[in-house]
Amino acid sequence: MSYLGITALNLKWALKGPATRGYPLAPRRVIADSRGALAFAKANCIYCSVCRKKCPTGAIGVNRNQKKWAIDRLRCISCGYCVEVCPKDCLSLTTYMSPPTVTKDREVF
Amino acid sequence: MSPDPGSFTAVETAALVAEVRLLRDAGWRLVQIGAAALPTAMEVIYSFDLGGKITNRRVSLPVEGPHRLPSITSVYAAAALYENELHDLFRIQVEGNILDFKGKFYRTTVPFPFASRPSAPALAAKAGTNP
Amino acid sequence: MARTIIPFGPQHPVLPEPIHLDLAIEDEKVVDVLPSVGFIHRGLERLVERKDFQEFVYVAERICGICSFIHGQTYCQGIEELMQVEVPARAQYLRTIWGELSRLHSHLLWLGLLADSFGFESLFMHSWRVRERILDQIEATTGGRVIFGSCKIGGVRRDISPEALAVMRKELDVIERDMREIVDVFLGDSSVKRRLQGVGVLSRDDAYILGCVGPTARASGVAQDMRSLGYAAFRDIKVEPIVRTEGDSYARCVVRCAELFQSVDIIRQAIDRIPPGAIETKVTGFPDGEILVRTEQPRGEVAYYLRANGSRNLQRFRVRTPTFANLPALVRMLPGANLADVPVLVLTIDPCISCTER
Repeated sequence: MSYLGITALNLKWALKGPATRGYPLAPRRVIADSRGALAFAKANCIYCSVCRKKCPTGAIGVNRNQKKWAIDRLRCISCGYCVEVCPKDCLSLTTYMSPPTVTKDREVF
Repeated sequence: MSPDPGSFTAVETAALVAEVRLLRDAGWRLVQIGAAALPTAMEVIYSFDLGGKITNRRVSLPVEGPHRLPSITSVYAAAALYENELHDLFRIQVEGNILDFKGKFYRTTVPFPFASRPSAPALAAKAGTNP
Repeated sequence: MARTIIPFGPQHPVLPEPIHLDLAIEDEKVVDVLPSVGFIHRGLERLVERKDFQEFVYVAERICGICSFIHGQTYCQGIEELMQVEVPARAQYLRTIWGELSRLHSHLLWLGLLADSFGFESLFMHSWRVRERILDQIEATTGGRVIFGSCKIGGVRRDISPEALAVMRKELDVIERDMREIVDVFLGDSSVKRRLQGVGVLSRDDAYILGCVGPTARASGVAQDMRSLGYAAFRDIKVEPIVRTEGDSYARCVVRCAELFQSVDIIRQAIDRIPPGAIETKVTGFPDGEILVRTEQPRGEVAYYLRANGSRNLQRFRVRTPTFANLPALVRMLPGANLADVPVLVLTIDPCISCTER
């Protein structure tokens, strides 16, 4: 009969302190290669629309005539496919997530 | 790369149960039954495994329904759920299923969602609008 | 005795996923069971008609949130076979490492849920605490915690640097030590044994003829592990299936616990033997032909049927997930069980209903 294994384990971890962090006061440890929100550098963009064509969720919109680039943050899955195909390297993934919103807005650059 | 691409052999609907029984008696395990609504035919693929080798049997039904298939549950009891799936998603009537849920297995909002053939290139048009 | 029908699920505190069971009960015993699924049927199989075959890797990964990487890998293997693309050895090893990491986190998740199903909350927390360390490793190497997004047709998207591999190897030692503590409780604790031993016995013949796969089959004595087919790096790293013969819930738990350490061992071997070189082969053209491809997921064998006609969209994509193959076993095990054991039995096949419905 063995019931003591879990007691020892619980005691050990009770003495060690919490394995979690004090959300929201303690910030999350940033992991260098994490895939977060998509960042767009307007200066280099040539509005070629390759990112729009490749985006698996259709989150990106491009208008060549008006020189506008738009993203629907709620549809973006941070897969990085657009970053791979961009000929001018003006797209990159950050390590943080886009902030929570209550409206479904398109961000237009 | 997978070492067993698997062979595909066509079987007549009438000969299906006898063929499957032969495979069962030789020790093959049923891996899957799946249908494909192609523009030319409604195909049902039966896959079997024996010690890592794979073999497939293909039954082709005419494009226009109603589709009917004999049940192989008298040979493989495990086929019952696949055959319910064939009915609930593809509207293929499987006759003689020992565990027929009569359309109550997949409770989808759209009845028989996969029964229609893939329609035209209109489908291929991708989402993604201009700002 | 009067029969009562108890609807169980799709929303139930113990169920991680929506399966519905109509349980016919006499007294406290289950006498009959009718399963139904389809509450979250997403029609992913038909999405191939709209999505380009290269983009579809992302969809394949999202069939299941837990075994996501191996879904993507299986799809890529199928397309690579159809297009006769030779994947570089380094990419094969990276796929193996990530695949085994996902097996580790899936099994720890399952152990936690199992403990939760019989009310052992602290053990549940401990399992998920260890799982967190694995998720951190996954995030550090692929960028995602659950959806890896690192597999592509012809190879992988990211490389792991030798330094990161060294870090992972060190971290594995810590993870293994932590897992040992938890597994000792799972396998040694009397209250766990009393809930699992002799519950839901599945004989070897039943397991084979009902087409069971993965740990469910292996716990009943069927030595079947698709990793022995030798895909990816498994042609160099040999895997012996872990088999038990009791066939009860405890055996299914033992098999998964042993597989944790087996996976750690596979990752170590892969880190030691990973060759240098390219991580992807450029893929041009479109696939043509049909194929049935199989790999071993945490829950068992997954079978993909792919059919292409030389255009950018596949004609047909069919997934037979391991849970679908294990459902007949569940229907066989439940009659005769106590009502209180139903949650445990449902969990011991490690159900993943979202992938089952696709």
